[in-house]
Order: sequence, then structure tokens, then C-alpha cells
Amino acid sequence: MTKLKLSIIPTSLISLSLALLPAIAQDSDSASGDDSQIMHVLNRITFGPRPGDFERVRKMGVQKFINQQLDPSSIPESPEVADYISGHPTLSMSTGELFQNYGRPVVQAALQAQAGGNNDISKKEIQKVVAQNYKKIVGDVSGEHIARALFTPKQLEEVMTDFWFNHFNVSKDKGFDHIWVGNFEDRAIRPYALGNFRDLLGATSHHPAMLFYLDNWQNSMPGQDQAERPMARLLGAGKKRGKQGINENFARELMELHTLGVDGGYTQDDVISLAHVLTGLSLPPLRQPIGANDVDGSGSFGYRFYPQRHDFGTKVLLGQRIGGGGNGEEEINHALDLLAAEPATAHHISYQLVQYFIADDPPKGAVDACSATFQKTRGDIKSVLRTLFARPEFWDDKYSQTKFKSPQRFVVSSLRASDIIPTNFNPFLGYLNQAGQPLYGCLTPDGYKTTKDAWLNPDGLIKRINIATALGVGKMPGAIGLKADPEVVMSAIGKELNSNTVAVVAKGPAQMKAALLLGSPEFMKY
Amino acid sequence: MNRREFLKAAALASVTYALPFQGWAAEGQANSNKKLLVIMLRGAVDGLNVVAPVGEGQYYSLRPNIALPKPGQAGGALNLDGHFALNPALSPLMDMWNNKRLSFIHSAGSPDPSRSHFDAQDYMESGEPGIKTVSTGWLNRLLAQLPENHSPVRAINFGPTMPRIFAGNGNVANVALTKNNPLPTDRREIANYFGQLYSKDPVLAPIFAEGIAAREEINKDLAEGDQADQMEQMAANKGARPPQADFGKQLAKLLVKEPKTQVAFIAFGGWDTHVNQGADKGQLANKLTPLGIGLADFYQRLGADGDNVTTIVMSEFGRTAKENGNKGTDHGHGNVMWVLGGNIAGGKVFGRWNGLSGNALYEGRDVPVTTDFRSVISAVLTGHLNINDNALANVFPHFSPDRSLENILNA
Repeated sequence: MTKLKLSIIPTSLISLSLALLPAIAQDSDSASGDDSQIMHVLNRITFGPRPGDFERVRKMGVQKFINQQLDPSSIPESPEVADYISGHPTLSMSTGELFQNYGRPVVQAALQAQAGGNNDISKKEIQKVVAQNYKKIVGDVSGEHIARALFTPKQLEEVMTDFWFNHFNVSKDKGFDHIWVGNFEDRAIRPYALGNFRDLLGATSHHPAMLFYLDNWQNSMPGQDQAERPMARLLGAGKKRGKQGINENFARELMELHTLGVDGGYTQDDVISLAHVLTGLSLPPLRQPIGANDVDGSGSFGYRFYPQRHDFGTKVLLGQRIGGGGNGEEEINHALDLLAAEPATAHHISYQLVQYFIADDPPKGAVDACSATFQKTRGDIKSVLRTLFARPEFWDDKYSQTKFKSPQRFVVSSLRASDIIPTNFNPFLGYLNQAGQPLYGCLTPDGYKTTKDAWLNPDGLIKRINIATALGVGKMPGAIGLKADPEVVMSAIGKELNSNTVAVVAKGPAQMKAALLLGSPEFMKY
Repeated sequence: MNRREFLKAAALASVTYALPFQGWAAEGQANSNKKLLVIMLRGAVDGLNVVAPVGEGQYYSLRPNIALPKPGQAGGALNLDGHFALNPALSPLMDMWNNKRLSFIHSAGSPDPSRSHFDAQDYMESGEPGIKTVSTGWLNRLLAQLPENHSPVRAINFGPTMPRIFAGNGNVANVALTKNNPLPTDRREIANYFGQLYSKDPVLAPIFAEGIAAREEINKDLAEGDQADQMEQMAANKGARPPQADFGKQLAKLLVKEPKTQVAFIAFGGWDTHVNQGADKGQLANKLTPLGIGLADFYQRLGADGDNVTTIVMSEFGRTAKENGNKGTDHGHGNVMWVLGGNIAGGKVFGRWNGLSGNALYEGRDVPVTTDFRSVISAVLTGHLNINDNALANVFPHFSPDRSLENILNA
């Protein structure tokens, strides 16, 4: 590409882009939709355009690009992602192995200390080990998360992984969950992100990260064999002494957040019934060595079902009888089947998807259409998305550039647009902490919001403008000296800039141009 | 865009940009503005060794190694009301106690039984114990109930991370309590370039202007006097820092100079004393010392303005009444809350105290919660910030405060 100084670029947006991107001019007869449609699709179904993306989609055609993104198995993984994963062995460990290596030593030390058997082990030392493990595991998986967002060509799969992770949120900051959040994303979310909703629900419901996060590992039939009490205390999740029994937490969120939605027509009695159905679905015994069965045996997610803690009585859930057949795991699957098939679930998921992909205030027509597809296909996520992407609302100009980026999306899209590969992700993760969106750190089970009112505030806006500036001038810690090149940024996002931005950038000093582009109002939106 | 349009845009930008400053300095009605400062001690401070029931034999039998010595003894606790006594590490606060600007509410806390730091902090910040799906924090909900004064620094969070308690729609400025690192946009010419970019965006322009204005205010306030000493070492809990004493200086600087600040929040971590917590000296005392110095310093620097600032100190739950096998304490239930400020009915330990006998303890082990933490906060909100019952119901839905707590403030 010809090197052009931005200061001599004409102020008209079209001619600017043409000057920078001769390839576009050659391809201008393509029948693949207009420029703004291409940018819209890149903004909504990927984490933002990288240099070259626009031309690629234009050549390929928007619809073909969408179809390809809906079929991630047809897209080869990027070498950057593959290299990162092979370079970080914890990412290939099962939940059992992760616990064995990074959780159990801590438990053992703490138990010894608690028993007074070893006075040499102080709380401080235990905390030190926990902190080291936390840094290692969370560091590895955060890097994977960012690497995938930046580099994978399977962008829609990654975008949907983000969507579902927040839908089925777990937090690295609850007890041992830092060991499992990455595995949860890799094993329970991503493989099903474009699959069938019922499979996804089954995977998340059986994953230790979820069972721990929403306390179901302690959910037991009262009076029956209880979850290990010392562990409960140790993990800081202990319920009232002597009163351990039914824990409704998971049952409630399973209906309110994961399936039916808060107005989904269930009652407190349904919550209690579902809690009884879920009794006994727990973790392997953490005090003992992890058995082969727990590594990949009784389910590849490492859950353990304890019949002796299960309530085998007949339960009534949403008017349907569950149980009495003597197969506890079967009862749980039966309940998940019921929940996944409810029209309220179809509506709830569709509402969230339309909010995520179209507008903060989801247009009803699109929600209803997606909901109909969801029901007709029994939760085939790809089909629902196909419906969504074919809706006139998805293409309506009135909705384009109306979503406001979350801090995570802002960081990722900035690095994508400027083609910067940080040498260290930590400063970026630090920014996300400051901006109130720590990676894997949403405390509440409803996950991070994707709406403008959650993220648009003066302090947050100034913070991200300063990140943009630091990237633009090559002073962002973690990417020092990797100065964003304004031409590169232009080639990625030039098509979405308005004439005011183009004019201000054109007149701005050379060293500020990339900063102004990445910090522009248009780039805050998508 | 031609040159003339550009100049027009630039001019517009600088107007928008300057707007928040208009009339700013003129309205320096510092004394008419009531403020609330909330301090959260993350990790569960051992309230029984902050305000200790030294008048009870059980206190000493439950805590043979870590009880505070009686007042008058070496390292003795500081007598409050004959029954309770203060950890001597908090001696800087005794002036405020004696001047009736400090009170405690014992046996207070969250009605939720969780002993998980994670859940209990969450509930204390959402203000809705037991309900996990509340996405806003009560301090942010409070903002919507206070008079809108269009200040970019109406609400200030001190610390690196926006806390749960401030989650919500109201705008909150974030201030590092350590060195106030300059940002590129603090430089006028850089801010101006972005001002030009944002001038044409009807939604973002005012938000940008407000953000820049907040930074200017904060920078101006903090630039005066010396840069505060760096506070050291991050604590484990959510980036909260151990309370080094200098926070009082920084807080006072900002709150004195910002007549329009209405609420502020700061969290300190490192109170999870399971092992060797000490008594008048040791781990817990080391944490309390700078907190006491900082708070006393804060109110001293505020001077008369201090009457307008009420401070609430709270922690997610208390710790076990009995010391554990490691000369520490484990996760408990009820705790002591602190209130400081001008119109506090000071010099009293409030709350229904049932003593430490086995059957008075919650589940036989913890100080019970006889006062919901929201009753204490509600009393301050109505008595100090003058919000009405309807407004209060928006801050704490599903909750009726115990009105008898209103006597923690002067009528």
C-alpha cells in the first residue's frame, strides 16, 4: 500500500478511504452490499475490524461472510491462538487436573494448619500459594481469552462465547473458581456457543465452576449425607452450621437467568422443587486425591453425582412431575429438558440476543422472530442467529453505531484496528479492572451488561480516551513502542468515521493522529 | 468540511468544553452541603477487638490470647462507657469520642447468614441482602435521590476499581488515592483535540466535557500541597489497600475543595485475621492504627466543614466470638459499625447488645445481628442527608428501617 501522510488526505470521507485503500476502488462493482453494511457486520459479529477485513468481506460478499462465521468448523484456527494454547499447558488440563495441581495442595496445607498438625504453615503462606496459583491460572486463561478475541478468524464463535459466558456467568473471585473459569469457558461454553441450547445448558449446569459459584455443590437433601463440612468452611462458602441442606441458589438462577427469565412464569414452589431435583449434583471429594473418574470420568466436566444426598421423592416442576424413578441424574436432565423447551426460555434468550446484536432496546419483531425459530428448531443457536441476521432490524441504519462498547470490547477492538500485539497483557487487564469490567470478574450471576447505560459515563469515557492516546503514541504499558500507525488504523476503521473526525484528524499533529482515531466518538460505538 | 466549518466546530467544542466550569467557583457554598463518606473494611474486621466488651468475663474466657487488656492495664483498651472499650490502636479517635462526634453501633450487620466474603460484601454493597441479581449498588441509587447539582464530582470513588456499591446509572468520578498520575488528556492541547472530535456528537459531547471537567477539578485540588505519600502494597481484597494514614489528607483536600461532592467511598482490605491477629499490638492493631490516624486527621483538616461530613465505617460480617486454635478468629456474623461526624449523637455505643454467653450468640458462636446495617445507614440518610421516606425506599427497596436507630443522630 502506498504510504500517504494523513495530513494531505482530502477531508471527504469517501476520497480519503479511496486514497488509503486503492483495493476498494477496484472492487467497487461488487454486489456485496454497501460499505456501511460491511462495517456494521464487522462491528457486530466480530470484535471489530482489523486492517484488511473490510476488503476481504467486500470481495467475499457480506452474506457469504456471515455464513462462514456461522460455521466455525470450516475456518482454520489462527497460528497465534494455537501457539498460545500449546505454550500454556494449564489450558489443556481437565478440571480435576487443575484442582489436583493448583487447588489440592492449598487445601491440604490449610487442613493441616487448621488441625494444628503443622505449625509451620501459616495463613500467610497459604495465601501466598493461592496468590501464585491465581496469578498463573488466571494469567494463562486471560491471555488465551485475549489472544482468541484478537486473532481467531472464528470471530462469531468468540463473540457468542462472550455472550454465553455472561449469560452463564461465573466469577474468578469466588473461592476456588479462579482455577476453573477458563476451563468453563473452553469446555462448557465455546464448544456449544453455536450449537444447541440444551447441550450448552447441560454443560454449564454440570461444570464445577458453576456448581461451586452458585453453591449447588452443597445442595443436599436435609438429613442425608452432607457435603464435606470442613471444606465448606475452608472455601468460605459455609452455610449455617447444622443447617446445611437445600440450597436454592442455583435453582433460582437456573430459571431466572439461564432459562425462563425473571418474568418467565415460575413460582417460589418451582424454585424449591428444582432445588430438590438438583440435590446431590456436586464436586468430587476435594480432600481426597482426584480419581481417574473425576478427571474425565463421571462426565468430562468433573462433576460428581452423590445419590446419597439426592431427594428421590416426586417433585412438581412447572406443573410436571419429576422423579420417583430412582435415577437422580436422569431427573436433573429431565428438568433441564423442561426448562430448555419452555417458550419463556426461547423468548428470554432471543431478547438477550437481539439486545446484544441489534439494539439496547430490542425491537419486538426481531425478538419474536428469533423466539419462533428457537422453538421451531428446539434451541438451535445457529438457526436463531440466521433469523436474527436476516431481520430488517439488523440492517436498519437507525440501529447501526448505536451500541456503546464495553471496556473489554473497546480494548480488543483497539488492538485489532491498530494491529498491535501487546508484549504483556497485564496493563490491559489492569485497565479493565479500573473500568469496572475485570476479565472473568463479574461478581453477580447476571454477567456484564452490554447496554450503553451500563458503560457510558464521564470517568469511563476519559479513561478509554487515554488508553487510545497511549496506544496511539506508543506509550501504553504492555505495548511500549508499539505505536499505532494511523494509516493502519484508517485502513481498518476509516469507513465508519464521519467528516468531523476526518477533518480533526487531518489537521491534528502527526503523532496524535492514531490516538484521535482510536479515541474518536465513532470508535467508542459499534 | 471547509475551513470555516472547522473553526465553527472547534469554537463549539471549546464552548461545550468550558460549560461545566461556569459558575463553578462562585457557588462555594461549602457549609450548606451535606456529604456522606462510606468506608468499607473488606475482609471482615474483628469488631469484638475494635469495640470490646471488656466488662464481660466471657470476653476474656473466649479469647484467652487475643482479648484486649482491661482499661488501665498495660496496653489496655480505652474506656468508652464502662462496658465497652476501644482498641488502643484507635487512640487518635478518642478526641472525637470525647467531643461527641463518634459513636458505635454494636451487634450490627447483614441479616443474611452467609459467611462468604464474596456474598456478604456483595449484599452490603447492593444493599439487598439475599438477592443476588440486584445489579446496582446502594450508593449509586442514593445519588438519584440527592439534589442533582450537575457536578462531575458529585460522587467520588477513591481507589483503582469502581466498586459494586457504586454500580448504576449515576456518574461517579474515580480518584486514585495514591499518587495522582497525570493522564494525557490532562494536557489542555490534547483535551482540545478530543474536544473537537466530540463536539459534534450530541450524546457523547456533554459526557466528554463532564469527564474532562472532573479531572481538572481533581487535579487542581490534589496539586495543592505535597503529593501524598504512596500507599503501599495492594491488599488481597479487590485492590483495596491497607489503610495507611495519609488517606485522611487526600480525602480532606478533595472534600473541602469540592462543595458539590455528595457521596464518597473508600475501601481498605486486609482484615481477614484467621491467624495471630494480636490484641493491642499485632496484625489487627497494625491495620487499625493508620485507619484511626487517617480518620482523625481527616476530620481535623475539615475543621468546621467536618460537621457536614458523616462517615460510616462498615465491614461485611464480624468474626467468631471465640478465638481459634491459631490465635485468630474465623468468619462470624454481627459486627460493630462506626459513625463519625458533626451531628452524630456522639460518645455512645448503640445497638441491642445481648452479651457473649453461649445462648446469646448466633449459632452458639457469633455475635448476632440485632441491628440491620441498613437501619444505621437509613438513619444517616434521613437525618444527615435529609432524604424522605420515598427516597429511602428507592435506596433500600424491600426494607423498613428500625426507626429507633434515628437517635444515633442529633435531632
